Amino acid sequence: MAAEEIDVAYVAQLATIRLTDEEKRLFQRQIPVILAYMNKLRSLDVTGIEPTSHGQPVYNVLRDDVPEPGLDAERVLANAPSRLGAAFKVPRIMES
Amino acid sequence: MDIGSMTVRAAVDGLRARQFSSVELTRAVLDAISAGDGVIGAYTWVDAADALKQAAAADAARAAGATGLLLGVPLAIKDILNVEGQPCTCASKILTGYTSPYDATVIARLRAAGAVFAGRTNLDEFAMGSTTENSALQVTRNPAAPDRVPGGSSGGSAAAVAGGMALAALGTDTGGSIRQPASFCGCVGLKPSYGRVSRYGLVAFASSLDQIGPMTKTVEDAALLLRVMAGRDPHDATSLDRDVPDYTAALTGDLKGLRLGLPREYFVAGLDPEVARRVQEAVARCRQCGAEIVDVSLPHTEYAVATYYILASAEASTNLARFDGVRYGHRSAVPATTPIEMYLNTRAEGFGLEVKRRIILGTYVLSSGYYDAYYSHAQRVRTLIRRDFEEAFKRCDALLTPVSPDPAYRIGETADDPLKAYLIDIFTVTANLAGICGLAVPCGTTDAGLPVGVQVLAPAFAEGTLMRIGHAYERAREVRP
Repeated sequence: MAAEEIDVAYVAQLATIRLTDEEKRLFQRQIPVILAYMNKLRSLDVTGIEPTSHGQPVYNVLRDDVPEPGLDAERVLANAPSRLGAAFKVPRIMES
Repeated sequence: MDIGSMTVRAAVDGLRARQFSSVELTRAVLDAISAGDGVIGAYTWVDAADALKQAAAADAARAAGATGLLLGVPLAIKDILNVEGQPCTCASKILTGYTSPYDATVIARLRAAGAVFAGRTNLDEFAMGSTTENSALQVTRNPAAPDRVPGGSSGGSAAAVAGGMALAALGTDTGGSIRQPASFCGCVGLKPSYGRVSRYGLVAFASSLDQIGPMTKTVEDAALLLRVMAGRDPHDATSLDRDVPDYTAALTGDLKGLRLGLPREYFVAGLDPEVARRVQEAVARCRQCGAEIVDVSLPHTEYAVATYYILASAEASTNLARFDGVRYGHRSAVPATTPIEMYLNTRAEGFGLEVKRRIILGTYVLSSGYYDAYYSHAQRVRTLIRRDFEEAFKRCDALLTPVSPDPAYRIGETADDPLKAYLIDIFTVTANLAGICGLAVPCGTTDAGLPVGVQVLAPAFAEGTLMRIGHAYERAREVRP
């Protein structure tokens, strides 16, 4: 599981980002250096230590399920790069 | 009217006493921006007509008997917080053309108190950076030395306040992004405790670390603004239901009975000698004000940067998945036959290099086979770092440290080596990881005239302690220069 194993092109695919060849070469050189630095954490034994996932411990914050007005649809749709009536228009997602 | 020396407190008093109107005050801010921002580049967006309209409405409200705490006070807002009807670019091309359809909760609260939103300030793209050089929009220069960076990511807010182009500003702090630019530019910057201020309407970078805070000329101004900004918000489940005290009541001017700790891991080789000297002088002043100084240890400090960049990048990679060109912002004009192609083209064109680097890093540490080794492990080290502070705060009320190992860098100085750029966050990321609050206060300059800041760290929800210390130090520094 050496850090140097990162395949930037593959991870970019997981992240849905298209990188240029130049960006791939740059990251393939830089990111293993960053990961090698991060590997210093491996020297710490964390057996039995609970993970901290948030700045303050709050759990299961619930509210009553009461309908309330949301954002105005027209103002939200005004930001759409492409729209069709009251919908966001995107390239076809299913075969016709 | 000299905006460079005017505080929020002076503006509030002047407006109440009818010494000047909000229109006059706002016009003075706009004039200062016109005169100074061509060189500094702090603002990404200013709508003078709209600002004056808000100011006129505040004056009319006052004439009709309204008395909001900040009625008619113009503020600068980091361009990552939603203000209804204004753009919110996050200094990214991917949000080109976006107009906020709603107010962030902090904005709604400041608006209810009467504030005027005069303009938006530059940042590292999506707040990822420590110099504001990662902005896709423009360069921001340090008002104290225009060949140097203002720090970041809230570099535009710091430059606007320190450069005399704003009374005060809002910034955001995920790993030091309020405190470090405040230190580099020479203003006050407060990162509240996690959960103190609602994050609703802040474009998320790392949700478990992000906080919004004030950047001001004085500690008293930070106290005034935080009172309005803080408190539980049903729109942010991580905002805590705790009393919001009148923080100005904590500004007693003395430090008697307080014990301040110096974490030995923060005064080490690698710390610029002039920065070390200024911070030690600040420590001596605090002692003169009545504080007892003790040595403490935060033994996991050396692991903080690695922990922070694993967790922050992981959270960023998921938070930034929402930028896909469907609902807002940029969509690639390259013809796409499937949505995936459209996402790929849009994100390739819309995100800058540092954002892409962190998304790749974050996706990797969360990916199958590496999750346990990196992400899960870092979450456990985060617990150790949090415990370090719990132990230290058993021995003292607050900590005094440098904000940054160095004064402001030359533009371009940290650009080529991302790891080196990450390591400069060493003294600030710990507060975000531990969820505690932190304050940067100016403590003099280097011989070359570059501002230096001292950092005060206090336990979660002890902002009153922070402000008491910052304010007493600020007064002592002025009385005995």
